[in-house]
Amino acid sequence: MASNNAVLETKTSATPVSQDADGFSNSEAGLTLDSNLEYLSLTKPKQILYKFAHFFTAIPKKLGRFFHSVPRKARDRWHKGQGVVRGIYDAGANGDVFTRLSFIFMGLGLVTRHQIIRGILYFLYEVFFFVFFGIVGVPNLARLGSLGQIGSVQYEIIDETGLNVTAKAVHDNSFTVMLYSIITIVFILLFLFLWYNQLKDSLKLQRYGAIGKAASDKDTIEDVFNKHYDRTLLFIPILGLTCFTIIPIIMMILIAFTNYNSSHITPDHLIDWVGWYNFSSVFSTSASSTSGNFFKIFMQVLLWTLIWAFFATFSNYFLGMIMAMIINIKGIRLKKLWRTVLISTIAVPQFISLLLLSKIFADTGLVNGVLRSWGWIGSANIPWLTDPMLAKIMIIVLNTWIGIPYTMLICTGLLMNIPNDLYESAKIDGASPVKMYFKITLPYMLFVTTPYLISQFVGNINNFNVIYLLSTGGPAYTLGGDVPLSVTVQGLGRTDLLITWIYKISISSTNPDYATASVIGILVFVLVAFFSLIFYNNSNSVKDEEEFQ
Amino acid sequence: MTPMLQANAKSKYRSHKRAVMTRNIGIYAFLIILCVFWVLPFLYMFFTSFSSVYAPTYFMPLINPQKGQPGWTGANYVMLFKDETLPFWKWYLNTLAISAITAIVETVMVLGTSYAFSRLRFKLRKPLMKLILVLGMFPGFLSMLIIYFILKLANLTTSIYSLLLIYVAGSAMQYYIAKGFFDTIPKSLDEAAMIDGANKNTIFFKVIMPLSKPIVVYTALITFIAPWGDFMLGSILANGQPDMMTVAVGMQRMIAKEYIVTYFNAFCAGGVFISIPIVALFFWLQKYYVEGITGGAVKG
Repeated sequence: MASNNAVLETKTSATPVSQDADGFSNSEAGLTLDSNLEYLSLTKPKQILYKFAHFFTAIPKKLGRFFHSVPRKARDRWHKGQGVVRGIYDAGANGDVFTRLSFIFMGLGLVTRHQIIRGILYFLYEVFFFVFFGIVGVPNLARLGSLGQIGSVQYEIIDETGLNVTAKAVHDNSFTVMLYSIITIVFILLFLFLWYNQLKDSLKLQRYGAIGKAASDKDTIEDVFNKHYDRTLLFIPILGLTCFTIIPIIMMILIAFTNYNSSHITPDHLIDWVGWYNFSSVFSTSASSTSGNFFKIFMQVLLWTLIWAFFATFSNYFLGMIMAMIINIKGIRLKKLWRTVLISTIAVPQFISLLLLSKIFADTGLVNGVLRSWGWIGSANIPWLTDPMLAKIMIIVLNTWIGIPYTMLICTGLLMNIPNDLYESAKIDGASPVKMYFKITLPYMLFVTTPYLISQFVGNINNFNVIYLLSTGGPAYTLGGDVPLSVTVQGLGRTDLLITWIYKISISSTNPDYATASVIGILVFVLVAFFSLIFYNNSNSVKDEEEFQ
Repeated sequence: MTPMLQANAKSKYRSHKRAVMTRNIGIYAFLIILCVFWVLPFLYMFFTSFSSVYAPTYFMPLINPQKGQPGWTGANYVMLFKDETLPFWKWYLNTLAISAITAIVETVMVLGTSYAFSRLRFKLRKPLMKLILVLGMFPGFLSMLIIYFILKLANLTTSIYSLLLIYVAGSAMQYYIAKGFFDTIPKSLDEAAMIDGANKNTIFFKVIMPLSKPIVVYTALITFIAPWGDFMLGSILANGQPDMMTVAVGMQRMIAKEYIVTYFNAFCAGGVFISIPIVALFFWLQKYYVEGITGGAVKG
């Protein structure tokens, strides 16, 4: 399929076609974009423009389709819900004693029907759940609305007269209230799911028993290793994901709606819900307040993040590909040696190379020292990583030093996969190497490596290591310059990405502001999700997942 | 006529050959310059690790001394094992243990997850894959802070080995590359085994695993190397205590302003010390690494 695309493009590229305004809205004939001849006959920049326009013109249609599907989806959900209710009713109406007792004692209906392991596990979970719910769940859920309160004041009488009294407030830890509430909700959902399942199973076994089909623990083992092998494999990974990814993310989102900052550190202070206040203060543009400046700085950091992600991704991609092509040229010897040397930056742990580079390019580092001993610079150092503009350029350049080998590795193998006859026929037709690159090599590589590019782009938006270890965020914003500093942006530098900024606000700062950090975190998520969705929706290799199996 | 044509062709051939030659010479020159640039930082690190003075502005401080007459010295390497303020060898053992255990456990879990997503068909397959994709888009370490608080509640912050728990818990997020690799193994193999009466467990271990050596090695290598470079989690968990640091956190400490004059050479020595085993491992397994990354990262 890939090579087909490439061939088509080489053949149709030369013909100029009239592109009237109608051409852009003509793609609705049930054809996908890539198989549309009219689209293929456009020149490359026009194609990009077309895709871009297509994305936006398609939005109303997609929205329409979405809203159209809402009633149908709602109906499906409703039927599903009805099914659950009917199942429960069925178990109550038609179940025997054990099935009915399973309403209260989970797993009883299974134990009595020889599925002892499963029944006991259900029952153990039930016991655990109610103990947990009673001891931890109820008190914390009750406090979730107010995030805890000052419960009592303990008086401690220090001297005999009773005049000198210290009062120490004993109150709830808002953070644990939030955390335990989330955990309780997760457990409740799990409980409801298991409760319904064991009821259904019990009724099923009862009916099997009625027609003389015996159940035993062997079925359970068969389930574990064959029928529901997916659950066996995914149980621990999903458990880990829930504990250390999903619950923290929910917490993070909740914290964005609270006033959790340096003056409200648990357990000495209570946290409170503040609604959308944090969001509105980030986005407020009134120039007089500090928050207005905050928004200005936020936009600058965002812009640099996008510029960085774009250049870091594509510089590595194209330079790596060119390196792979140069080494692949016929007649170049010692191919393995060149590759091995270039790969050395992968093999040495990245943080060492980065820290080393940060020292080599420091003001009093190796590069300046060597340049001075050669007499190329005077007494003034070249501010490689301390001048705002130069630091940005240097970071992108130094990043290629680390990133090129990866792309080179990937491209080396893929380039050999391109059928050679494509190049030969192109050569006979008199195509120049540059033309061959743009008409054969690049389309093929882009087709195959789109998922890689996406993950690289997303990874670069969140690339903490390169920035933090190279420049630690780089030269700081100067106070009283074009952007006055407020408390929340202290420590922010010119080369900070959103992600390193969050780190500075929340972890390394002396006045951490977790709430603002969470807001920025959510915004980063929105940004990343936006780009990934665009890429994923236009990527063929994601659409055709099954095609490769 | 004919000889002239022949001569013409010959000269054409010659000029073509000459053009190729000059092109190749240009390419070789370019490659050599590039390779020099590529290894220069490491050479600098290597030389500095044997230097006895703090002279970061000199490429080879041992030959080109700033002051006095320094020479080769192994003192920087001894310092790594003797020093009490910044106990490198403790960091090294911490990291080695963590990365070894992580590599074993995580490889099993990553491959299991990938196999489930690639080969098994169940109701929640697509939703789960999408969920993991979306989870991966959240900036990871805001949640790290919350993870830290969770660990604190569970009283697990007193040991650096809690990192193990966090690394292993995140293994489901890395299914992507191994899944891509499994996708390329023909399904007919599974079907043949199934007809012979194998259950899915047997298929996974007896059919798929033996065919997946590159991706097993690749995953193990990646998961082994990752803890060496992980900076954020380690720094949050270590919280400034030298005994609890990993190599990445500790070595960043070594070149902090207050330490750099004393420890810069030791930092370079440490860099060499860490790099040697990993580089050796890497080049030993390079074949599998390349096969894994080209077979899994991109579907061609």
